[in-house]
Amino acid sequence: MTIPTQTLLVNGKNFTINADPNMPVLWVLRDIIGLSGTKFGCGSGLCGACTIHVDGAPMRGCLTSLKHVVGKQVTTIEGVEAERLKEKWAEHNVPQCGYCQAGQIMSAAALLAKTPQPTDGQIDEAMSGNICRCGTYPRIKAAIKAAVTENAEA
Amino acid sequence: MTTFTAVENISRRNVLKLFGAAGGGLALGATGLAWSPMALAQDKQAMMNLFIAIGEDNKVYLTCHRSEMGQGIRTGISQVLADELEADWDNVVVIQGLADKRYGSQNTDGSRSIRKHYTRMRQMGALARTMLEQTAAAKWQVPVSEVYAKSSKVFHKGSNKSLTFGELAIDAGKQTVPAIESLSLKSDNDFTHIGQSKTIVDMQDMLNGKAIYGFDIKLDGMVYASISRPPVLGSDVASLDDSEARKVVGVIDVIQLPVPKGAPVFQALGGVAVIATNTWSAMQGRKALKVSWTASVNDRHDTDKYMAELVDKVKQPGKVMRQLGDSVKNWPKQSTVNAVYTVPYLTHAMMEPPVATANVTAQGCELWSSTQTPQSTQQTVAALLGLKEDNVKVNVTLLGGGFGRKSKPDYSVEAAMLSQRLNLPVKVSWTREDEIQHGYYHAISSQFYQAKFDDNNKVDALLARTGFPSISSTFAEGVDMPSAGELDLGFTDVPLALPQIRLEAVKAVARTRIGWMRSVCNIQHAFGIGSFVDELAVKANKPCIQMWREMLGADRKETFADQGFSYGNYGEELADHPVDVARYHHLLDIMEATLAKQPKVTKNQGWGFAIHRSFVSYVAVATLVEVVDNQLQVLKSIAAIDAGLVVNPDRVKSQTEGAIIFGLSLAMMGEISFKNGKVTQSNFHDYPLLRLPQCPDIEVILVESNAKPAGVGEPGVPPVAPSLTNAIFAATGTRYRDLPLNKVLSV
Ligand code: FES
Ligand code: FES
Repeated sequence: MTIPTQTLLVNGKNFTINADPNMPVLWVLRDIIGLSGTKFGCGSGLCGACTIHVDGAPMRGCLTSLKHVVGKQVTTIEGVEAERLKEKWAEHNVPQCGYCQAGQIMSAAALLAKTPQPTDGQIDEAMSGNICRCGTYPRIKAAIKAAVTENAEA
Repeated sequence: MTTFTAVENISRRNVLKLFGAAGGGLALGATGLAWSPMALAQDKQAMMNLFIAIGEDNKVYLTCHRSEMGQGIRTGISQVLADELEADWDNVVVIQGLADKRYGSQNTDGSRSIRKHYTRMRQMGALARTMLEQTAAAKWQVPVSEVYAKSSKVFHKGSNKSLTFGELAIDAGKQTVPAIESLSLKSDNDFTHIGQSKTIVDMQDMLNGKAIYGFDIKLDGMVYASISRPPVLGSDVASLDDSEARKVVGVIDVIQLPVPKGAPVFQALGGVAVIATNTWSAMQGRKALKVSWTASVNDRHDTDKYMAELVDKVKQPGKVMRQLGDSVKNWPKQSTVNAVYTVPYLTHAMMEPPVATANVTAQGCELWSSTQTPQSTQQTVAALLGLKEDNVKVNVTLLGGGFGRKSKPDYSVEAAMLSQRLNLPVKVSWTREDEIQHGYYHAISSQFYQAKFDDNNKVDALLARTGFPSISSTFAEGVDMPSAGELDLGFTDVPLALPQIRLEAVKAVARTRIGWMRSVCNIQHAFGIGSFVDELAVKANKPCIQMWREMLGADRKETFADQGFSYGNYGEELADHPVDVARYHHLLDIMEATLAKQPKVTKNQGWGFAIHRSFVSYVAVATLVEVVDNQLQVLKSIAAIDAGLVVNPDRVKSQTEGAIIFGLSLAMMGEISFKNGKVTQSNFHDYPLLRLPQCPDIEVILVESNAKPAGVGEPGVPPVAPSLTNAIFAATGTRYRDLPLNKVLSV
């Protein structure tokens, strides 16, 4: 098999890469482009550690092939605009080991972009695909709600 | 190697010896220090001692020699060092220590980082501060008693003179090292950093995807390995067809690994490694392997059968481990209560699976490992490669969780073996399936409890038996009894004040690798006693908290004298960390008052309670549940923790929150089972962990205490499971004695 050269738009920058079009974006980002903020947790769409945005929508990087994102905008934790969310994350001292946190923030950012005033139920649903083994859920929820409150005030 | 305890009353001579200082009494160990990731330029920074360097630019470099896995230790250790040093927190830079025996133990497990290193870190801070003060005094030609350090500066009391640490650093580094016993440590009231809820030092990196974990290591020319390991412990490759694997784009090589001999210890498991130019190709190549495996003595391991046997065994007499009073025979039937509790195998499932990168060259081996035990990694790899330990350099990355799994360096061994073989840097990445199917499992267990009431409705005798395959079986062949150290974990050490007590252990042969997982045997033992005390409370028609009060008896420091039992106490002296019944009672009082303020429960709801001492800390947990149509919802958890003096209250709270969630995961859903010697589960669909919508509101009460710092990372876990099943009993009237609950309830 010959490996085609493809162009991938990540965080507003074009990357020219040689990779199997079936390779999941997670590994393209991590091993080929060298952006390691997006994490591997299960490889099966079960944990959310690999969450990225494709044209603004949250996707599991471990299940999304390179060929499906060529020509689209890929956003990772390194490039996502989520300053207020990150600020609230820091204020609530959310992370423990931190490994799941990129995925959590990406899921939360996608939620707020689409639903600026989510209900508790909507937060639960949007975040239910992201596992945190360290158990930072209460703080994740508190941080999201704090960001929402500011949305409401703004 | 001098041990830590010797540091307490050390002479200066020993200090120098301990830290490998150059001769002439100059700065402690200023040469040849293994610092990572940066090598300090010697003329711009001065090493004050093994843990502290100060730069001319006023930066204070603090070494954290313990692994960061979410407990916040890079922040906590730095707070302790910075406090006695009188460093300005804004100037602190935290450096991760490499594997180096001069640090003393780096084994980041057993909830030890603060409790074992607190005093020594204070001494290191005070040593450096004293050297800075002496330097300033000499420059100003005033007595040392007239100067003091504060916020990274040294001031003269009689004038307005001051010098920054940066201005003093290079000269201070040349100072004679003071004797430890000449140091005066601060009084607790003067702490500036200890006791503060500082933001973790890695916060911004974590929020921006810049924090470097084991999985994130990338070296020039590195190749990636994925390994197919024998599905049953003790089996080997019988036949291998790698032709399809080699056709996968990116695959470079396929290498068969030797199987371990004798007890598992930290040996690599063997199997077949696929080497590729990237992780995904290695995983794809591995899927294309056709491997068949030889038979193993463990082929018939089947957990249903194994558990049934274990339950039988705990109903028969075992080996007596602690006894008070003479008889547990002939108890009148109507006044006794019996119960058997079981907990399955469990695995760690930290979010980042095991991962290590090795580069073996003619000079030695360099490793980048997501490890809790840098030194055992160093020793194991050195022995394997036939290298001197000094020629094995172990860089410790951030850990995406550990929970005890990353105390076992088998994955680093795999990386070193492959790198040696290929003469290239190699990263070995475990998949989730690998992690779940090739763990060092928390042991499957069963316990039997029996108690007798006297005529006044008080419990006056207790018989308990525990059975589980021992962790020692991982380190020596043929071990078939729990070790005393494992029984100390919540079984023999519960300070019940009853006239008659008999505690026994029974045999169990290990059929897989048994290891330690967050709070270890306390998990099953707290589930046993915590459930049983509630059962006794129900039988006696008393509140559970009241039953605990009665069974614990009067305030005292329990020594278990004359009970045929010598208590290990987590490696601590009973004088420093007594088994203090008053601290149990204090928690019982706090929880009773807290629960009295909670809203009244409605139909289908109930509170459960449990209390447990482990890692010399005391934790009580109350859980509120609702069960409707067999659907369990955990509504609220309240934990009160007395961990002695705490360095970073917020991190103690976050660890306790995490411990509750860890405990709920295992009680509600945690089960590893074996069929024909193989693990049945493979990923988060069949080894589920608690998710956000299942998570209760959590309140953590941090009990103020002047006691010596105690464990934090683990002690929150043990009381969670019994408080949950007790709550379900309160809500439904049904008692669940076998975990996990998702076998019988929707969770
Ligand atoms: S790694 Fe993609 S969902 Fe777990
Ligand atoms: S912070 Fe460790 S897994 Fe979420």
